[in-house]
Amino acid sequence: MANNISKDQVQHVAELAKLELDDNQLDYFTDQLGQIIGLFETLNEVDTTDVPVTSTVSDQLNVMREDVADNWNQKDALLANAPETENGYIKVPAIIDESED
Amino acid sequence: MNYLDKDLTSLHEDLVSGKITAESLTKETFANIKKTDETTQAFLNLNEDAAIKNAQAIDQAGIDADNVLSGIPVAIKDNLVTEGLTTTAASKMLENFKPIYSATAVEKLAAKQTINVGKVNMDEFAMGGSTENSAFKITKNAWDATKVPGGSSGGSAAAVASGQVPVALGSDTGGSIRQPASFNGVVGMKPTYGRVSRWGLIAFGSSLDQIGPITRTVKDNAAVLTAIAGHDEHDLTSSTKKVPDFTAGLDDSASVKGMKIGLPKEFIGEGVDADVKAAILAAADKFRELGATVDEVSLPHNKYGVAAYYIIASSEASSNLQRFDGIRYGYRAKDVQNLEDVYVKSRSEGFGDEVKRRIMLGTYSLSAGFYDAYFKKAAQVRTLIIQDFQKVMQDHDFIMGPVAPTVAFTIGEEVSDPMTMYMNDILTIPVNLAGLPGMSIPAGFSKGLPIGLQLIGKPFDEATIYKAGYVFEQNTEFHKQTPELGGQA
Amino acid sequence: MNFETTIGLEVHVELKTNSKIFSPSPVAFGNQPNANTNVIDWGYPGVLPTTNKGVVESGITAALALHAEIEKHNHFDRKNYFYPDNPKAYQITQAEKPIAHDGWIEIEVDGEKKKIGIAEMHIEEDAGKNTHEHGASFVDLNRQGTPLIEIVSKPDIASPDEAYAYLEALRQRIQFTGVSDVKMEEGSMRVDVNISVRPIGQKEYGTKTELKNLNSFNYVRKGLAFEEQRQQRVLMSGGTIQQETRRYDENSGQTILMRVKEGSDDYRYFPEPDLPALEISDDWIQKVEAAMPEMPGKRRDRYVNELGITDYDAMVLTQTKEMSDFFEATVADGADAKMAANYLQGDVNAFLNDNHVDLQDTKLTPANLAGMINLITDGTISSKMAKKVFKGVTEGQDPKKFVEENGLVQLSDPAQLQPIIDSVLADNPQSIEDFNNGKDRAVGFLVGQIMKQTHGKANPQVVNKLLMASLKG
Ligand SMILES: [Mg+2]
Ligand SMILES: [Zn+2]
Repeated sequence: MANNISKDQVQHVAELAKLELDDNQLDYFTDQLGQIIGLFETLNEVDTTDVPVTSTVSDQLNVMREDVADNWNQKDALLANAPETENGYIKVPAIIDESED
Repeated sequence: MNYLDKDLTSLHEDLVSGKITAESLTKETFANIKKTDETTQAFLNLNEDAAIKNAQAIDQAGIDADNVLSGIPVAIKDNLVTEGLTTTAASKMLENFKPIYSATAVEKLAAKQTINVGKVNMDEFAMGGSTENSAFKITKNAWDATKVPGGSSGGSAAAVASGQVPVALGSDTGGSIRQPASFNGVVGMKPTYGRVSRWGLIAFGSSLDQIGPITRTVKDNAAVLTAIAGHDEHDLTSSTKKVPDFTAGLDDSASVKGMKIGLPKEFIGEGVDADVKAAILAAADKFRELGATVDEVSLPHNKYGVAAYYIIASSEASSNLQRFDGIRYGYRAKDVQNLEDVYVKSRSEGFGDEVKRRIMLGTYSLSAGFYDAYFKKAAQVRTLIIQDFQKVMQDHDFIMGPVAPTVAFTIGEEVSDPMTMYMNDILTIPVNLAGLPGMSIPAGFSKGLPIGLQLIGKPFDEATIYKAGYVFEQNTEFHKQTPELGGQA
Repeated sequence: MNFETTIGLEVHVELKTNSKIFSPSPVAFGNQPNANTNVIDWGYPGVLPTTNKGVVESGITAALALHAEIEKHNHFDRKNYFYPDNPKAYQITQAEKPIAHDGWIEIEVDGEKKKIGIAEMHIEEDAGKNTHEHGASFVDLNRQGTPLIEIVSKPDIASPDEAYAYLEALRQRIQFTGVSDVKMEEGSMRVDVNISVRPIGQKEYGTKTELKNLNSFNYVRKGLAFEEQRQQRVLMSGGTIQQETRRYDENSGQTILMRVKEGSDDYRYFPEPDLPALEISDDWIQKVEAAMPEMPGKRRDRYVNELGITDYDAMVLTQTKEMSDFFEATVADGADAKMAANYLQGDVNAFLNDNHVDLQDTKLTPANLAGMINLITDGTISSKMAKKVFKGVTEGQDPKKFVEENGLVQLSDPAQLQPIIDSVLADNPQSIEDFNNGKDRAVGFLVGQIMKQTHGKANPQVVNKLLMASLKG
């Protein structure tokens, strides 16, 4: 069962999720995730040909907000909660890579 | 005085008559919490000063005789944001987080003159079924301190069951209100998806999450749901359907005569404890005796619910929890050399193992090459599960079954075994996948621990399961038993 | 070896709405950092997005302008990635079912018309802005949640010139809808390009490279032209193209390698569970269409058929919405349409070019331009005097007042002109004789003398008429 996912895959997934695993944790999670993914595999027993997906069970459709601006004036309170700020900006260590978007 | 196990109606009578005041009730509540919480460990954060001030103001303005919630102390699950009051979701990630706005459900309760006495424990980010995944403390079952209170709303259920508060709010993504209610012998309602606004609920599985009340009686529960339900412009998925007064008709006129109840054979099959099964069958007999028909039905895709649920909920969670990155609020790791450190160290130090596990499961299920096999497949199976329910509901008023396959288990027994833990949710999860209302009410005991009966209704038909639950409650004695930990002052 | 080029463009256009796409915070620029942000824009725990109806309507409008098919049932998706300007660590966008698909716009290169297909158009939220200074980065979330439409072309663009024409045409059409300012220099239009070349006859596309840092349509054209040549050279020398992102360097005119793409990014898209799907009915589309401003094609037809100006003039006037709107307002203020067209293409355009300004940033108004044109047509001023008046009009002056204050009124009254003519004739008997002997140029000399006497104010047409009458009489 535990070979449903490899250590490399777990490592890759952890990187995507910005999580760091030491060797012990990697073994531990690989084993557990493997078991759970084994459970996921049971869905293969179900024939879902032509079955639509359900991504929400809300009864709402087409609900929207009118285009009216409303400034909640939360700037100061928001900045007060940030770990590091400067001159009204949120401060972070230098960004080296350029963004995708 | 001995009023801490009373229901809302009698507390309200005492408040209106002046036998007690909101202030005395609130002060008594805190005194009791301080005493009992040494054992129960339900509370993460008490709101004492503000609560007493609030109570005094309510006394000053006068208890509202038409509002059964006027002056009533309530506890709030710590994944509902409360302005100015630390809200942690039981995570180190938010250990010192002070929200700057309040959840709609919290505001609606406050508008009803309830008194927020504090925030109660839970599994970190609502992920778990035992409240052992809290970063801060392990809450105890109200009936046996060696047992788990269930989860993730374990603090809410234990607080109500142990007499600390008559009302608590919880949230339910895969059973997190019903299962702890069941484990603690109280009433817990997960309303229809969209019945209660999710604005201010720290998201776990956005297409599954619902806020709901945990109370000692069905009627109390109905009163609280009536107060917190309704469309909210901040939550576009919240329903615009009219909210009835759910307490209406919960009186001597209530009856289940002629009601058709479905009992899915999958709910009492393999893996369900014999005592639990016996209690549910006894409940079915009780309903028959009261004039309803109960027949066996089938939900053939029920067994795939757990897999579908853990894919969908974890996928949504992996995305919802990405915002906890150490940049705008919450925990930021010390000793960071660069931006990548801020992300990776803050998240790796801030999240517990169960949260990491679900984030990784979800990330995996959505990742390139796996989306169709996992996320999409699960979303299709979800459709089949919904169709199963629709089929049964066509000629049944509601569905009954157990809430959990077993009664409360021992602390430490399952926490290291996620697979077993996940399978505990097999009877509650399908209800979330289908967005239906589901309620747990006390229906028996096994070795001194409560058994919960689950009533599952049609979409937006909470009224029917409240009615059936009320009738069942009025004709049984289970809810009258209180645990020794209970708050006799 | 002969090559063919395939270019793809992804254009982001910022929509001009009052509030953000998923929060009611104002869409406004130039404010204090983070002044236009709330808990939603910061991705606070417990917040939920709410869809701005105005954005959906702008999306429908843009889709109609691009002849695209509107997806009746569309929804939002999450695109997951970590970045400091992306507070939720996901962007709400449309991936699976964008609001519109399969559109086209027409371009013209070297007199040849061609339709360029639009694969899809979706609505999404913009990110905040990061700035970098002394070893740290600073995040301003004011822009976070600004509505965008992203327009993705089909692989129909075959040259840098076509890419340029496509961008011009796209900007023109979007601008006419009024949903955006579409200004590259202000960031309300942003262009990502990719380009590949392949030997003619090869079925599969070549490996493409992406270009970043393109701040104008011109740089897009230049960067693509450089990249087209570079890729051809690499292939001809037996090399292979790597999938990479390159930067256009404005100084050297070259593209410079930024980074090689290793595999594709994994954005883990999935349907946004917090937002109900959008259902766009025919009724709604018709309502939006009815409220839509007239597009350039229709305007051109109307200018030609109703205002009697030439096809060419109509085309030039509808290049930008500002020019077209200005023209219409000038005509509405009573100006002769042909003269208004001539002035806008002539003096006004020259003025804008000389001063490097946009029409809406000048003091020119349709009312003043129309006023000036009317002074010409009713004979109050000559076209020569109009040069002076035009200068006053560009400074925001009322033409009538300007003419009066500067004594520029044309002398057209025969009672005033006849004595001057008589005196000039009396002074120049030789010219009268020359005229009588059939020497026509004598008339020109006499008119010149009359103009001199009147310091150029005499109305030349009236002078001519009176002079001829006197000479023949
Ligand atoms: Mg894109
Ligand atoms: Zn985009």
